Amino acid sequence: MNVTANGLTAQRLSNLRRLEAESIHIIREVAAEFRNPVMLYSIGKDSGVMLHLAMKAFYPSKPPFPLLHVDTTWKFRDMITFRDETAKRLGLDLIVYTNPEGVAQGINPFDHGSSVHTHIMKTEALKQALTKYGFDAAFGGARRDEEKSRAKERVFSFRNSSHGWDPKNQRPELWNLYNARVAKGESIRAFPLSNWTELDIWQYILTENIPMVPLYKAARRPVVERDGMLIMVDDERMPLLPGEVVQEKMVRFRTLGCYPLTGAIESDADTLQAIVKEMLIARTSERSGRLIDHDDSASMEKKKREGYF
Amino acid sequence: MSMNEQILASEEAVTEYILAQEDKDQLRFLTCGSVDDGKSTLIGRLLYDTKLIFEDQLAALERDSKKHGTVGEEIDLALLVDGLEAEREQGITIDVAYRFFATDKRKFIVADTPGHEQYTRNMATGASTADLAVLLVDARNGLMVQTRRHAFIASLLGIRHVVLAVNKIDLVDYSETRFEEIRAEFESFANGFDFETFVAIPMSARFGDNVTARSERMGWYNGPTLLEHLETVDVGEHVLEAPFRFPVQWVNRPNLDFRGYSGTIASGKVAVGDSVVVAGPGKTSKVARIIAPEGDVKTARAEEAVTITLEDEIDISRGDQLCAPEARPDVADQMAAHVIWMADDAMLPGRSYLMKIGTKTVTATVTEIKHKINVNSFEHIAAKKLDLNEIAFCNLALSQAVAFDPYEANRSTGSFILIDRMTNATVGAGMVWFALRRATNIHWQALEVDKAARAESLGQKPAVLWFTGLSGSGKSTIASIVEKKLHAEGKQTYTLDGDNIRHGLNRDLGFTDADRVENIRRVGEVARLFADAGLITLVSFISPFRSERGMARELLDEGEFFEVFVDTPIEECKKRDPKGLYKKAAAGEIKNFTGIDSPYEAPENAEIHLHNVNRDPEEVADEVIRFLKDKGIA
Repeated sequence: MNVTANGLTAQRLSNLRRLEAESIHIIREVAAEFRNPVMLYSIGKDSGVMLHLAMKAFYPSKPPFPLLHVDTTWKFRDMITFRDETAKRLGLDLIVYTNPEGVAQGINPFDHGSSVHTHIMKTEALKQALTKYGFDAAFGGARRDEEKSRAKERVFSFRNSSHGWDPKNQRPELWNLYNARVAKGESIRAFPLSNWTELDIWQYILTENIPMVPLYKAARRPVVERDGMLIMVDDERMPLLPGEVVQEKMVRFRTLGCYPLTGAIESDADTLQAIVKEMLIARTSERSGRLIDHDDSASMEKKKREGYF
Repeated sequence: MSMNEQILASEEAVTEYILAQEDKDQLRFLTCGSVDDGKSTLIGRLLYDTKLIFEDQLAALERDSKKHGTVGEEIDLALLVDGLEAEREQGITIDVAYRFFATDKRKFIVADTPGHEQYTRNMATGASTADLAVLLVDARNGLMVQTRRHAFIASLLGIRHVVLAVNKIDLVDYSETRFEEIRAEFESFANGFDFETFVAIPMSARFGDNVTARSERMGWYNGPTLLEHLETVDVGEHVLEAPFRFPVQWVNRPNLDFRGYSGTIASGKVAVGDSVVVAGPGKTSKVARIIAPEGDVKTARAEEAVTITLEDEIDISRGDQLCAPEARPDVADQMAAHVIWMADDAMLPGRSYLMKIGTKTVTATVTEIKHKINVNSFEHIAAKKLDLNEIAFCNLALSQAVAFDPYEANRSTGSFILIDRMTNATVGAGMVWFALRRATNIHWQALEVDKAARAESLGQKPAVLWFTGLSGSGKSTIASIVEKKLHAEGKQTYTLDGDNIRHGLNRDLGFTDADRVENIRRVGEVARLFADAGLITLVSFISPFRSERGMARELLDEGEFFEVFVDTPIEECKKRDPKGLYKKAAAGEIKNFTGIDSPYEAPENAEIHLHNVNRDPEEVADEVIRFLKDKGIA
């Protein structure tokens, strides 16, 4: 490493430091330019990293925006506990929103399927929450390496007044000059982690020692095998189909969402190191654990046009 | 061989591996070329060969290849990167897509950009953040017009490192002669582009030759594979050697004891104790603390996002720039810059746009298009407007002075975007060439266009001449002659006549007292707007009530409102009766007629009092003109 006279390294900024700085820049830009921003907090590892970066971005101030969790009522119990503890520990405002009509209609992933459930309890709920509170910008933890349509999405992604995304008419985005101008009712989804990969996320969690929901680490958990996936029986609402048996298995999750829709993987990785090791030799991509992406191969683009994060 | 197997050993080894990643750096590069050159296939190949394609994605890819693929039975790697539905249907890449892969040495962020001319803006978008460009050519076709265009745009956007990927070499029998021909041709034309490094590599993205693995079919080629080159090319650290620049993004003020300035260091380095100056106002202080993401540090460098506190209380806000006192940026409200137009609606000189430059947003106008550049031939062409995907060298005027550097010296502080004020769309991108300080430009304050500026450009003092008097007193006749005389002297004028206004703006009003008041209020407002526009406005209205004439007077600035009393006795007016109105009023056919059954309150302190009985109207009008000359208006 080249060290110059005043002790500065002449080397390029490392990958993680460059990503960290870029994310902080994006987060500050949103806070400075928008009237009423909010950070979508989904409790997963990406959200955790995003929140960690927000804490750094404004230190010694607190982030000047609340957190919003869209609760489908089907999240893992561990996620809800972790969510509430995190907000309390960091001293941040947390808004929890659930689609009241969805609840009234008893929408659930078992009777209505993943597609209807996701649309009403996630996409519609998110749109309702953003409209209700009048947020003009919402941070999301999505990464471009997750999925093909995300790979083309801007860091500041424009949404029309019905929260829709128009992939063919995106604003050009050059340098780090983000266009934050929106008319009344329109909004921006801001993605500070756009350029991070799954490996970057885990490396950062490890080097920064960021707390994570225990579900990422392997433990003995009750699961049933369904449609080739291991679904955890997280509470008594989970109906068993004929022939299904609940088994205790050493499992963990690569991605977290609604428990009936999130597949576990069999694993012994009960430390962060072991998780990273497992990921480095993994042969399946992380979103394959999500039922909602399987509907068809361009399904994410469709959902995003409708307003999904 | 791969990193995966090396780290299987133990948990300690994993930790060590991860910590070693801290030293891994990042290379952002751009790939351009049309889909026929195999660009998406090349990226697919890089992802595939660096094992970034997982089994489930591979399965999806096999499915997609059957549906959309263009290479028959094989897996079509291009489908991996052409993500959007429309692109898959059309088989072209229409937007920038970002792709990621890593080796033990570097993490790579690839901006995959379309090659057709109608996507020049997308290529510019991808190029704006890239360190290096990979330009693809089809070995069969050699250099095309688009290759020249890509090299030009890469160079314009400040990319200093270029790889010429001579693809589909399998289709020219791995011919060294063909490869050398193409390389020599590119080198000769790219001479002027000032690239720091240039490498040409013969490859076949479809079969993998010289992409990540050395080809066994081209023994004659001794250079690096594409991946070897990408892993080792030194893209330098110009940004670190440039002077300290820190555009303030956000003022960090948690309590009265702490006042910090948060932002990303655009260039250079900074240390606690360093003197810094606010560009523009020029106030100087010293750095007291630097708070980096990891906590308090003694020094920080370009690209780091930090919060800086100063020893002195200085009023600094978002958009200000802290910089090195010994090497300050330009601070100017005019600049010459290259502008790439990105909107369907043409850019028109004189139209005002928002400019975001660093953390500052101002309004900006292109005052002159010096020339347009043909992106294929590089010819300079005269232009009156700029259409989608066109590039021009322009002069711009800003609403206020801002700090900037030439783009060549600093990509971060020398770049800007233009935003449409109505649609909020990003319509243009610009690269500053230099600040303009020419004397002819200095006092051209384009954007604070106010009454004085408008009047100045008209070469006159705005004024309202308010002609009042009875019907038939001769107001309109005199006003009309006065206007002709003013016009003959080159003055910009307009006449608001009672009858005309009542046919349009005020056609909903009658002749009750309330309507007469509203009539005058509206005319007073219109006269005020016209005065604001710099005009000399002649108002010809009976306007019988003192208070409404007073109200009109109050709308205007001191010295702009002149009441002109056309004093003709009612007997004389009745005798003239040019429109036969007095007769009708006398017969009771018209109600509320001024002077008959509605009062006329004569002015007490009119600026001009015209006695208009038995006089030549020309002579009366001259009396008005003389008055105006005295006031410096005519």
